[in-house]
Amino acid sequence: MVGIVGYGTQIPRYRIKIEEIAKVWGADAASFKRGLNLNEKSVPYPDEDCATLAVNAARNAMSRAGINPQEIGALYVGSESHPYAVKPTGATVSEALGACPYVHTADFEFACKAGTEAMFVALNLVKSGAVKYAIGIGSDTSQGSPGDALEYSASAGAAAYVMGAENLVAELIDTHCFMTDTPDFWRREHANYPEHGGRFTGEPSYMKHVSGAVNAILEKTKMKPEDFDYMIFHQPNGKFPVQMALKLGFKEPQFRFGLLTPTLGNTYSGSSPLGLAATLDEAKPNQLILLVSYGSGAGSDAFIFKTTERLLKVRDMAPRVRKQLDEHKMYLEYGQYAKFRHKIVKPE
Amino acid sequence: MEVARHWRETPERYRMEAGKCSKCGKIAFPGRMVCPKCGSTEFTKHTLSGKGKLVTYTIIRKAPDGFEDLVPYAVGIIELDDGIKILAQITDCNPEELKTGDRVVAKFRRINEDGKTGMIYYAYKFVPDVGI
Amino acid sequence: MRDIAIIGIGMIKFGELWKKSLRDIAVEAALNCMKDAGTDRIDSITIGCMSGGLFNGQEHLASLLPDYLGRHTTPAVRVESACASGGMAVRSAFMEVASGMSDYVLALGVEKMTDVSENIETYTLATTADGDYEAFHGINLPGLYALMAKAHIEKYGTTRNQLAEVAVKNHRNGALNPYSQFPMEITVDTVLRSPMVADPLRLFDCSPITDGAAAVLITTVEEAKKIGKQPLVIISGIGVASDTIALCQRKDILKLEAVELAGQRALKMAGKTINDINFAEVHDSYTIAEIMVIEALGIVKEGQGGVATANGLTSLNGKFPINPSGGLKSKGHPIGATGVAQICEAVLQLRGQAGKRQIKNAKTALTQNMGGSGGSCVIHILEAK
Repeated sequence: MVGIVGYGTQIPRYRIKIEEIAKVWGADAASFKRGLNLNEKSVPYPDEDCATLAVNAARNAMSRAGINPQEIGALYVGSESHPYAVKPTGATVSEALGACPYVHTADFEFACKAGTEAMFVALNLVKSGAVKYAIGIGSDTSQGSPGDALEYSASAGAAAYVMGAENLVAELIDTHCFMTDTPDFWRREHANYPEHGGRFTGEPSYMKHVSGAVNAILEKTKMKPEDFDYMIFHQPNGKFPVQMALKLGFKEPQFRFGLLTPTLGNTYSGSSPLGLAATLDEAKPNQLILLVSYGSGAGSDAFIFKTTERLLKVRDMAPRVRKQLDEHKMYLEYGQYAKFRHKIVKPE
Repeated sequence: MEVARHWRETPERYRMEAGKCSKCGKIAFPGRMVCPKCGSTEFTKHTLSGKGKLVTYTIIRKAPDGFEDLVPYAVGIIELDDGIKILAQITDCNPEELKTGDRVVAKFRRINEDGKTGMIYYAYKFVPDVGI
Repeated sequence: MRDIAIIGIGMIKFGELWKKSLRDIAVEAALNCMKDAGTDRIDSITIGCMSGGLFNGQEHLASLLPDYLGRHTTPAVRVESACASGGMAVRSAFMEVASGMSDYVLALGVEKMTDVSENIETYTLATTADGDYEAFHGINLPGLYALMAKAHIEKYGTTRNQLAEVAVKNHRNGALNPYSQFPMEITVDTVLRSPMVADPLRLFDCSPITDGAAAVLITTVEEAKKIGKQPLVIISGIGVASDTIALCQRKDILKLEAVELAGQRALKMAGKTINDINFAEVHDSYTIAEIMVIEALGIVKEGQGGVATANGLTSLNGKFPINPSGGLKSKGHPIGATGVAQICEAVLQLRGQAGKRQIKNAKTALTQNMGGSGGSCVIHILEAK
């Protein structure tokens, strides 16, 4: 039996409201909010990046896991905003945790599903017996191009999972995936901002792969939507995952804890991992959770977890997601936001 | 480019590792070769408490290179719960709302970078202790 | 140890000296000194300069300056202790003569700060702090003094106005000094309306960036008597002390322990107490620095530096004049030159040659020069004989 030993998250304290962004670009804030079910998003301060969010999330996960960092055999960070193109974020995080030197790492990228891929690999390294503990992290401080639709949702956050074979807070029941080479959203090597295929990102991309993964795992495990206490889908906005969930036969009470985007934005590789953490914060023991991520390019990872009694014992050893999301927020004007996100051109 | 100078400080900056004198027990941060209290040269590793209180602080309005985007930002002396005093930025706050005596906790943050293509420097900063 | 006298002083006007290079200003001050001394005998030169390397791309002043003074075989050495480099150069000159190794030693302080951009100026000043554990975290020298100012205000009730009074007094004195960079009076309002640099310190709480040089010629009392210098000005005591480089590691961040100890050592050597001193030139790199220095020297009680300044104790006609020259604030702070310039002012006062800023009955002086946020300090006691 393998699964999650500890989980932890980090969300920046700063926020910007949809109205504030819309004001600058002359857009209709009300229709954006309605259409995307989006109110505000998190903004990383200039001293935060994918690595710092990952470290702070991982330290929270370690608080709940209660393990010796030297026993971590592998650590993977999935992101589309790694601080270096060449020099792994995983090395910085491992060093900060005190896991070095006997730890495997390399960085993961698969748009918004890089984090869940890291979790999948971490789980299976433990399952194979190759390592005692492995950490999978989804962490992003992604950018939306100024004035583009994605600017309203691209936000920052991280969730980290310590995987092991004992003292679990959630057991892994099964996994599946659905992946094809799909050009819905990408960023070339030296481009500052990603590009996307507009409406192509819907049905042939998000919908196809999420439903593909859901159907595959339900068939494999002979389970039905109503068997789950909770479900979390990748949440690029507050609309897609709800539409998808209802279409596939899930109901609102199942995703009410895991849907964070309306006040968090899309944390890309952190998106569904953060939704899972928020769910673990509220779940009772012996409940079933379905997690399905989505990364453009494109693919979905599906996981089924079952919570344990130990979850209640360690839950309060680190901050809960809703505390990080709802409390002590600091709101920005667009000018400050643009400064923090390096959108203002300066001399070389 | 000063890669070795910064890499060498990794245990202190990433994990707040200090040196505890084997003879008199005094903790020195950063660690050093000679105990400032008793002159002994034997030490053991001591990881600093990440929690403490603000002893004094200032708000930097004219910043050194690389820190311009943070202005105005607070830098202060924090007395950690294990008695060590340390200087660091206080972030995730409105600097004007800080008060001497506030409880703060250490976080891993990005301090600076050697230009757009150079090395990135990480270390500790402190944030108001609000349980986040 | 032989008895030591200062027989010559040389100053140049401090300021942003665009047309003059490092070697120009150093030589000019040295020539003025020799003219004042009435001799051109120099056995050796001690040079106070914090960073020719960072400000001017020029180290090896021990070769450059004797060369450009027209004496390229004269022994020389650069002495460095951050902003206390000048005072330490005078001390090195004293030791060389007192030990009998040389008879005439020129202590030459110089700093040419304006050849580099403001960013490099700030960076270089910050190298006087702990590079890896203070400057690395984004604090600069004004920031470190601001930490002390805030703590001083909170513990002792020192007011923002009292801090400003230090700058006002020093400008009032500096307006009477022909060598001043900023010879103009200011008001408390000027200080309070200047831009904030690091709370609570504003631009006018901080000494400026300055080019300047100053020199003194040191010899034995015996030699001085031979030349017939009247009145004789002697150095009767020197004290030096260091303290932790990082402010947060000081025993008490509100006590400049290096100043306390250096003061005690200097006074002991001179056989004097602080009550025997008539006036002092101190290191007002920041207004709070002057306040904390007069407390550390025992001129006022702990925490009373602000009150005393506001009450006029340290003004030119007060009971204990501080910085009759205008201090670093009005006269300017060319780092390596400052410590030597303080000695020049003390000598002028002791000789009765200070013109409009002359202190009555100036017999015994104290000069205090310190580095960084107080990590080193050198103090000289001078007497008119």
